[in-house]
Amino acid sequence: MHAVMKPATRVFVPGDSSANAIGAAETAAALAQAGAKVVRTGSRGLYWLEPLVEIERDGRRIGYGPVAAEDVPALLAAMQNGTAEHSLCVGDLDRMLADQGQQRWALGRSGVVVPADWEDYVAHGGTDGLRKALGMTPQDILKAVRESGLRGRGGAGFPTGVKWQTVHEADNSPKYVVCNADEGDSGTFADRMLLEGDPLCLLEGMAIAALAVGAERGYIYLRSEYPDARRSLEMALVAARANGMLGDAILGSAQAFDIEIRVGAGAYICGEETSLLESLEGKRGEVRYKPPLPAVRGFLGKPTVMNNVITLATVPAIFVQGAPAHHALGINRSRGTLTVQLCGNIKRPGLYELPFGVTLGHVIDELGGGSASGRPVRAVQVGGPLGAYLPPERFDTPLGYEEFADVKAIIGHGGVVVFDDSVDMAAQARFAMEFCAIESCGKCTPCRVGSVRAQEVIDRITADDNREANIELLRELCETMIQGSLCAHGGMAPFPVLSALNHFPEDFEPRTAAA
Amino acid sequence: MEPMSDMSGIDDICERHARRDAPLLPILHEVQDRFGYISDAAIRRIAEALNLTRAEVFGVVSFYHDFRDRPARRRRLRVCRAEACQAVGGREVWAAAEALAAEPDSPFEVQAVYCLGNCACAPSVQLDGRTLGRFTPERVSRLAAAKVGRSCTP
Ligand SMILES: Cc1cc2nc3c(=O)[nH]c(=O)nc-3n(C[C@H](O)[C@H](O)[C@H](O)COP(=O)(O)O)c2cc1C
Ligand code: SF4
Ligand code: FES
Repeated sequence: MHAVMKPATRVFVPGDSSANAIGAAETAAALAQAGAKVVRTGSRGLYWLEPLVEIERDGRRIGYGPVAAEDVPALLAAMQNGTAEHSLCVGDLDRMLADQGQQRWALGRSGVVVPADWEDYVAHGGTDGLRKALGMTPQDILKAVRESGLRGRGGAGFPTGVKWQTVHEADNSPKYVVCNADEGDSGTFADRMLLEGDPLCLLEGMAIAALAVGAERGYIYLRSEYPDARRSLEMALVAARANGMLGDAILGSAQAFDIEIRVGAGAYICGEETSLLESLEGKRGEVRYKPPLPAVRGFLGKPTVMNNVITLATVPAIFVQGAPAHHALGINRSRGTLTVQLCGNIKRPGLYELPFGVTLGHVIDELGGGSASGRPVRAVQVGGPLGAYLPPERFDTPLGYEEFADVKAIIGHGGVVVFDDSVDMAAQARFAMEFCAIESCGKCTPCRVGSVRAQEVIDRITADDNREANIELLRELCETMIQGSLCAHGGMAPFPVLSALNHFPEDFEPRTAAA
Repeated sequence: MEPMSDMSGIDDICERHARRDAPLLPILHEVQDRFGYISDAAIRRIAEALNLTRAEVFGVVSFYHDFRDRPARRRRLRVCRAEACQAVGGREVWAAAEALAAEPDSPFEVQAVYCLGNCACAPSVQLDGRTLGRFTPERVSRLAAAKVGRSCTP
């Protein structure tokens, strides 16, 4: 039996690379073959429902998921019989996001619009923030960003308005805006989702930064592992130029601004801002000494705004909704939303953009639904490969930069990787040091040599060779790396190791043959 | 992939990028995309074109994991070894991939990567540039069995 759709019915299927990685392209092809008008969007970030299909009915979009290509005929048949209550129906997705407590400032359009489609972008509020900013003086733009409380989402959490102010005040030109799209942290994919799902939003945020600091050139440093993001950014650049958002006059204003994409070459350290600048200048990605800050002497020695993708993509919404509305969300010094990227051994992995202050446990248990394996959750690594592992006893920690620092952990770029009780924390600790060694830029000894030594020491501990003394030695090595490393790569790689030692000491005990 | 027999292709690439700020990385990417690797001769030629020393260009090529100094095998399998993938069986996928690469006359170039941004649909691999999710050791084995055609995705 062949079910055929009314040709006018629009069906939305993500073209996001993660959705495609589990069959969205095949699902889209099956739908198209059945006569549907298939529209490829980005992802909503509800990855446990991917491939997620949204079918338009009476002007509303109803979600179904996960829909594999082989589910398509039955789904269409059910629709034709008027039974919209198909077993895969998940209803209205905007409502689902709201029920989860999501507030989409950066990722509001991802999964909704056709990426890089100018009309769709404008119809969904695109350019509204930039138009507001165009009516303001640079000082007022800077004041709004400061008052919003926005802090860098790339990991360090530096106040964005303060950084922009420094570049604005620097009496040296030209000035540059550089977007850090290196997204190297394991367990993170928010930048990728935005770049693939709503790339124009990033360009708009960069244009606002350019207005604030007086820059005429911007660069996007994109990791080479994201070929789909590159294609979507290239399309967005074409659309933005054709419609005057980039070029000789930002939307008809007095200021010129254009952006170039530069692709990295597979080096984690190039996400660190000074290493990124070296790489952008065509050199080895070795970390620079600070000061001077990139805001003072950045790309080619000129004042440079460097911000993460999500930081910049949050800016347009701040101008639409107002700085006070952004500041009203969150707790203490962490304002606005965090794009939590929940993954690992978890039932409902995905992107949850949540106001700061929600607890880690809420994210894992309520939103994530606990482990995918059904076994108890034992450890969670937050903030990428340099982030600490936390046990369930710490799940009451609210998401916030200082709140995490208080428990010797980091928020980083918002990655949350869940492990069940089959995890071997000594192996995780060893991996942290292995990764540190592989990706070290080599400039300083504690990082380059210490990380290799630490692996050997962990091997001796797990082989029960002089265990007590070697644990002591491992702690000393960690201390040396923390104190003596030039950048946070070597300076924070000990965090996962020490947290494993402190919270899971039993995994460093002698192993019984049975285990 | 074009054979890197004469250097006019390299000159042409350098020429086209010459007027950009800091053109070395874009040049190296294009050389590798077109020829599959970056030879010693190419390094010398690029250094001349950009007025750099050979050591400087070599230093850059050797710093980055992406650049290679010899041709790759026919098919490229990158396997994510990072934490989100580890949490759902990524270590086993990596082990299977290493075994695949070690087979005699294996057409597969296996490389470790640390996150492909596909963490919510892990374990992740990239096969000839295409990201695939929820990968398993069994699917790696099926790759080995089907190692002839390019078209079949496990
Ligand atoms: C080892 C290391 C890796 C980093 N990787 C990234 C990255 O991939 N993406 C990113 O935005 N920031 C990364 N950062 C942080 C940047 O150095 C910098 O703080 C950030 O780009 C500033 O932008 P923000 O203020 O908008 O966060 C990294 C830092 C370190 C020490
Ligand atoms: S800590 Fe490591 S990555 Fe950072 S500068 Fe030193 S050697 Fe380079
Ligand atoms: S950790 Fe493997 S894809 Fe991100």
